Amino acid sequence: MTTSDRMDTLKSISKDFKRILILFAHPSINRSEVNWPLAQATRQIPGITFVDLYAEYPTLDINVDREQQRLLDHDIIVFMHPLYWYSTPSILKEWQDLVLEHGFAYGHEGTALHGKVFFNVISMGGPEEAYSSEGFQHFTIRELLHPLEQMAALCGMLYLPPFTLFSARLAVEEQRLQDHIDNWVIFVKALQHDQVDIIKAQSLPKLNQDLSGLIQGESS
Amino acid sequence: MSSILFQAFIYLCAAVIAVPIAKRLGLGSVLGYLIAGIIIGPVIGLVGTETQEIQHFAEFGVVMMLFLVGLELEPKLLWEMRNRLIGLGGLQVLLTVLLITGGALIFTVNWQTALAIGLIFSLSSTAIVLQTLNEKGLIKTDGGRSGFSVLLFQDIAVIPMLALIPLLAIPELGAMGAEPHSGADHAHLSLVKDLPGWAYTLVVLAAVAFVVLAGHFLSRPLFRFIAASRLREVFTASALMLVIGIALLMTLVDLSPALGTFLAGVVLANSEFRHELESDIEPFKGILLGLFFITVGAGIDFQVLSDQPGLILGLTLTVMLVKGIVLWFLAKLFRLNSKDGWLFTLGLAQAGEFGFVLLSFSIQNQVIPIELSKILSLVVALSMLITPALFILYDQLFMRRGADESSAESDQIDEQGSVIIAGVGRFGQIINRLLVASDIKTIVLDHEPNMIDTLRKFGVQSYYGDASRPDLLHAAGIESAKIFIVAIDDRDRAIEMVEHVKRHHPHVFVIARAFDVGHLYLLKKAGVDLAIREVFEGSLEVGRAALKTLGIHPFRVEQMVKAFRLHDFSGLDELYDLWDENEAMAKNRAYLARAREHGDTLRDLLDKDRMELHDRSERGWTPPPKNYVKEFTED
Repeated sequence: MTTSDRMDTLKSISKDFKRILILFAHPSINRSEVNWPLAQATRQIPGITFVDLYAEYPTLDINVDREQQRLLDHDIIVFMHPLYWYSTPSILKEWQDLVLEHGFAYGHEGTALHGKVFFNVISMGGPEEAYSSEGFQHFTIRELLHPLEQMAALCGMLYLPPFTLFSARLAVEEQRLQDHIDNWVIFVKALQHDQVDIIKAQSLPKLNQDLSGLIQGESS
Repeated sequence: MSSILFQAFIYLCAAVIAVPIAKRLGLGSVLGYLIAGIIIGPVIGLVGTETQEIQHFAEFGVVMMLFLVGLELEPKLLWEMRNRLIGLGGLQVLLTVLLITGGALIFTVNWQTALAIGLIFSLSSTAIVLQTLNEKGLIKTDGGRSGFSVLLFQDIAVIPMLALIPLLAIPELGAMGAEPHSGADHAHLSLVKDLPGWAYTLVVLAAVAFVVLAGHFLSRPLFRFIAASRLREVFTASALMLVIGIALLMTLVDLSPALGTFLAGVVLANSEFRHELESDIEPFKGILLGLFFITVGAGIDFQVLSDQPGLILGLTLTVMLVKGIVLWFLAKLFRLNSKDGWLFTLGLAQAGEFGFVLLSFSIQNQVIPIELSKILSLVVALSMLITPALFILYDQLFMRRGADESSAESDQIDEQGSVIIAGVGRFGQIINRLLVASDIKTIVLDHEPNMIDTLRKFGVQSYYGDASRPDLLHAAGIESAKIFIVAIDDRDRAIEMVEHVKRHHPHVFVIARAFDVGHLYLLKKAGVDLAIREVFEGSLEVGRAALKTLGIHPFRVEQMVKAFRLHDFSGLDELYDLWDENEAMAKNRAYLARAREHGDTLRDLLDKDRMELHDRSERGWTPPPKNYVKEFTED
């Protein structure tokens, strides 16, 4: 995508209300401490399309037509999931393999997703400092998500860094979860009303780095 | 003969008109019956003195009701209630007797009379309270359970009270009343009248032991034998015989018949015939109780009331207030929360049907003068009349708020309702095993006593009964069920069941076992939510195994089977429009033509190479074109 393309995209985004599609994937919600409460809070936000992929496709038989139509109907695509082996739970990989077809999502005629915004909402067990060249995970979280970033790029989507919760296994005990959920809801509502500085966001290590600096007034 | 028919017609007619109207107005059925009684009795005078006799007869409804309550209450639950039963019930009776006796002494009557009055008013109305609690679905709440404990204690306490009253006799009243009676019999035959104390105790214990042991060991073979005859009315007759027999036995040994049948109910609560017994006794209980309420209404003496309206109303309110205060205090003492506490307080503040019994017994034994008894009898009746209004008050206080709370919660908690499975042969058994292993509460019904017997040996909770009968479904709790599964192999009865359940309980999700496509369409027409062909998945499984054995890659086989299923289901929906229930499928030309056409598309679907075909079922993992990389390098 050229720079001018990108500017056009930004302009088209800044029109009215943004339609957000949340693709939620957690294969074991009865053991989920973070993602399930987060998903429940997300569901309550008016104007959101929330899809629990494991609920809709318990046997992983993804309906390609339905999923492609959903993509066409929304401006912002979000993967919400715990980080499994530096990637998504398997159903989201299956979803990519099936839904992002040549001629739909990429290739000469595959322009259906051009200009849409894409990012991940993820939780991981490791602490934030582990995700650096010095830490035991050796790479930053953005580096580890490069496959998804390139997926977005090949499909002509604008990639934003992930909305993250580190040390997620202790979030409930350390009473960090509610803040995380509250921040997320504020951020989604700002996204819906186009109050997020998308250009600034693209270069951040994570979306919830400095929320108040990222969310602009209505007049942007 | 004709006069009996005339009376029966009057009573039934009053009930049929008044009760639905009262129910529609939100007053509850009890108030409806009471009003019906007032109209045919004191207001238009269609019925007269015979109401007294009918009332004694109708009190048998209370006996049946306690039998039904017992059926709902497993022995374990009863044991858990023991503290409440004795603590709560005992204190309620004791405190109320003390306060009311004390109050009556202020009016300078004899202490004997005062004590009798205290005893009479300490009792509440089992009939009204349990009927209303059941109707409103409050019996399982903490307040409902506490109320029930007290009522049960009172029913037991009536026996020693009947023994006590003759000792209170005041000889001066002799001139006004009848001849004094001796002992605690109430003009009926008794086996234990002349026995010494220790022998009496032995006889009583033996009778109770007989009920428990016979209920446990004798009833099952007997019921199984009767059920095998497949004659419904004989089963109903045996259920009635059981209840009446126990009541008779209890009366013969001077125990409360209500207590005896309650005990029998508890013993049978775990039996596979529980739901069948419930549905058989239920209508008799309902009609008898209704009759009882009508007689209470009809027995109100407006002459006495209009002579001293202030006194009688004042007494009624005072009695209810005193009873209410005792109940409220006990609710606090036993730490009921405010909602349950008010249900308990408002629900039990009336006097009850056993009050009438004690009252007439007191007159016979010259404890209470006749003039006073007329006033007291009116007070008892009026307090019963006011009770439904107190339940409405409770509804106003708590129901709306309660509804709000629960709807807010239901978003969070996915409450699992129960599942009723009709038919538990090869098919239903597997369904039941899966659900039970997943901690889902199921109720299993089958009309084959031997099948039930076998299942019970394997530890499966199952009940005897014909699930196509509405009343049995009611007893099995269809109102509160979430799913009803028809797993029987009788095709016509399956359709009838689906029709019935969908018509009367549209909220229940119905899943049915279909014999074949034709049966599936018939079920669909009957309104089934989901019908599954019984051999379809099993046949696919065999096909899947065959394809794998032939050496086709297992994952490819999986895709083919999935494609086949999807294709088959879509054909099923499409062909339904052409299906005609009155024409055999093999003769329906339009249907045949479309079926063949649809069949041909399947061949295409599975035969063709995935590269040239872009059908939906072949979608997925389709590689991009060979030269697609150029699309990126050219830019």
